[in-house]
Amino acid sequence: MSDAAIRPHAELPVGAIGSRASGWWAMIFTIFTEGSLFAYLLFSYYYIAAQPHLPGTFPQGGVPSLALALPNTIVLLISSGFVAWAQTGVERNDKKRLALGLLIGCLLGIVFLIVQYFEWAGKSFPLASSPYSSLYFVVTGFHMAHVVVGVLVLAALWFWSRRGYFNNVRFAHVHIGAIYWHFVDAVWIAVFFTFYITPLLGLGA
Amino acid sequence: MSSITDYERMPDVAEAERRGLAQEMQRLWETGPGVRGWLSTVDHKEIGLRYIVTAFAFLIAGGVEALIFRLQLAGPNEHLLTPEQYDQLFTVHGMTMIFLYAGPVLSGFSNYLWPLLLGARDMALPRLNALSYWIYLCAGVFLYAAFAIGFGPNDGWFNYVPLAARAFNGGPNIDFYALGMILLGISTTVGAINFIVTFLRMRAPGMTINRVPILIWGTLTASAANVFAIPAVSLAFFLLWMDRNLGTHFFDTAAGGQALLWQHLFWMFGHPWVYAIVLPAMGMVSDGLPVFCRRPLVGAPAVALATVATMVLGFGVWVHHMFATGLPTISLSFFSAASIIIALPSAVGVFAWLATIWTGRPVFTTAFLFFASFILLFTIGGVSGFMTGSLPVDWQLTDTYFVVAHIHYVLIGINVFPVAGAIYFWFPKFTGRMLDERLGRWNFWLMFAGFNIGFFPMHIAGLLGMPRRIYTYADGMGWDWVNLTITAGSFVFAFGVLLLIANVVRSVKAGRFAGANPWDAPTLEWATSSPPPPYNFVVIPTVGGAHPLWEDRLGTEGETSHTRAGLVLDHGREAIGTTPVDAEPNVILKMPGDSLSPLCLALAATALFVGLLLLAWWLVALSLLGIGASILVWLWPRARLGETAGGAHV
Ligand code: HEM
Repeated sequence: MSDAAIRPHAELPVGAIGSRASGWWAMIFTIFTEGSLFAYLLFSYYYIAAQPHLPGTFPQGGVPSLALALPNTIVLLISSGFVAWAQTGVERNDKKRLALGLLIGCLLGIVFLIVQYFEWAGKSFPLASSPYSSLYFVVTGFHMAHVVVGVLVLAALWFWSRRGYFNNVRFAHVHIGAIYWHFVDAVWIAVFFTFYITPLLGLGA
Repeated sequence: MSSITDYERMPDVAEAERRGLAQEMQRLWETGPGVRGWLSTVDHKEIGLRYIVTAFAFLIAGGVEALIFRLQLAGPNEHLLTPEQYDQLFTVHGMTMIFLYAGPVLSGFSNYLWPLLLGARDMALPRLNALSYWIYLCAGVFLYAAFAIGFGPNDGWFNYVPLAARAFNGGPNIDFYALGMILLGISTTVGAINFIVTFLRMRAPGMTINRVPILIWGTLTASAANVFAIPAVSLAFFLLWMDRNLGTHFFDTAAGGQALLWQHLFWMFGHPWVYAIVLPAMGMVSDGLPVFCRRPLVGAPAVALATVATMVLGFGVWVHHMFATGLPTISLSFFSAASIIIALPSAVGVFAWLATIWTGRPVFTTAFLFFASFILLFTIGGVSGFMTGSLPVDWQLTDTYFVVAHIHYVLIGINVFPVAGAIYFWFPKFTGRMLDERLGRWNFWLMFAGFNIGFFPMHIAGLLGMPRRIYTYADGMGWDWVNLTITAGSFVFAFGVLLLIANVVRSVKAGRFAGANPWDAPTLEWATSSPPPPYNFVVIPTVGGAHPLWEDRLGTEGETSHTRAGLVLDHGREAIGTTPVDAEPNVILKMPGDSLSPLCLALAATALFVGLLLLAWWLVALSLLGIGASILVWLWPRARLGETAGGAHV
């Protein structure tokens, strides 16, 4: 038996270490499957949008207004920025910055939800009125559900940060939660483009 | 061995026989006693066996359903079943076999075998593994509850709209089916993620990507496909549930929705799924068959690549289930071509298995017979698939018994026969005892003869024009003798399966002792005792080739494997994490112990679906709270798992 063939070349880190943690990999593939879910949702939208429609039924009520949606998109992007700032903070062992970044990210997520609520409330049609209304509320609803989960994740991470659970070695949880949040934001870009921009480009009309 | 607060460590190397080491490992890895231990275990071997046993229970249920409706069809104008009963029986049969048996039984084998084949202590995410099983069980019970109270799904397993819409199917049947399938999809998805992460992170040091057993490739490919495909069907069922209960118009053609959207979403999932329930089974044959030919698999790298290629192509053929829907010819031609090209990678496998038998010294055990006969059945099923993959032929044959023959040659041929072979092959590892070979011969020949007598004539029935999914037929159609033969053969086949179960039940207690490696096989699962201890390997094996236990006769390519000496990881439950391609150790992972969180989460998730079924919003809200609480407890950062500042404490 030769120890040299078996022994690793250097000391090994122990425990949940950044992208070596199993949970980090699990989150990456969770994002793949969730990403596919949204791809199928948007496929359904385009599939139905591509069929002939009576004038004014697709999008129902005309091209949706950007008045709330565009600022709200920016809110979500800024929130991602703060969470990224928190991530680099914990890598430098800056625990204040970690907690602050997570807190602001989380609050901006809540702002997004509130604005979305008004966006929904302002629609002239209910869920069950047409294929368009079904698609609109179900797709944005799926996204909102993901934002709710993301907000809860950020809140939990904030709470754990405040209790001093993380430092510049042990921050796997932070990174795992954060990539989920970045994913939720990236998905919004696709949803936003589909519902607010493609009608401007003439799809469905 | 005292408390470790540093973040890095050089693991010890020791002989497996070092005094006290095995006892220490046992203490660390043993599941707790009693009911609580049983409910909270995360041992992949326990979970794997539960999967297999549960899947077999569903196989029996689905088989009994089939026998009942075959009795109905044994002769013309029978009155055993009403049309509604017939509809439920064949739909529940299809649903059971495809979703509750064929997929889960392979998950069971993979769960049990993966860590052993990879030289690992457990799956990468043991609690997720437990969750995957519990949700599977709950979803199975949920779906069968519908059948038990008389509201089983009744529109065929692919459940086309508009037939499945509220207007044409007013009972709760389809709501049960839709919600149960979404629940089951969660189980499959988390299981798939676990396999992928395990593949990337848990291979023993030295198990580079070219040294991985073929079964691993099979399950890995299936899992990767599931990650991308399951959301399609879960979404389809969710939208259908919305249409039926909340008045949306996704599939409602009258209101401008699209009925064909259902078919697209269903088959984008459905066809990859068909590969997901055969590729791991082919992998089991690729690893098992060579053992009985006393030589390595011919062309193993080509077989691994063909496995992956099949799946990649498998995502491009879903429309061949929709040839008769009036889609544009140009798109049909594309999908027809793709469906025919997909025969190529399958042929690679067939030739590799044949060459292995041809150039080997076959030992005719029961397992060998099952594995070898699979090649024949696969070829027949492949040819009939190739036929229906071509447009003009499909327009003749679609919705006839020819298709029923095809699906059973594919599914029984490529799933049930390899699974039966795998039971004969790995039962000694599971239990430490051998199955009876004499009973095994009866078992095999009855299944083989019964299957061909029962299912080959279905081709003929199809060519004679007999449609599928009819509950009876008039006499004088010229179908009487075929149907009688089909029913008779089915009973012989079912009796063969019964002998398999009898053999298992008998041999668990009375079988001959097996020892660690009764078949003199080459892969790592045979390097540990039968049944393996909770920690699998006392010391972590180091891998130097694709056949670690055959290096004495095959020679090595420069590196040797070590199973008797290796890394000792004994500061709590620990495993080694390695790099995805080269399998170089790069972290010592802290593994979780027994946990009730997976069970709680599964129950809360099931309650959620019950709430949705009853449209009881209070129950929905309550279950969501339960789900949130279970996840929070599960993910709470723990010092013991090396998740919090201050180091990894023992
Ligand atoms: C004793 C064994 C079995 C018998 C006698 C049997 C018989 C049948 C028959 C006669 C049908 C056609 C029903 C009809 O169209 O009216 C059928 C459908 C089907 N069977 Fe089986 N089968 C058996 C086992 C299996 C197994 C092991 C699988 C899969 C692993 C399977 C999968 C299916 C599927 C997917 C359908 C289509 C259901 C539908 O049309 O919705 N069967 N079976």
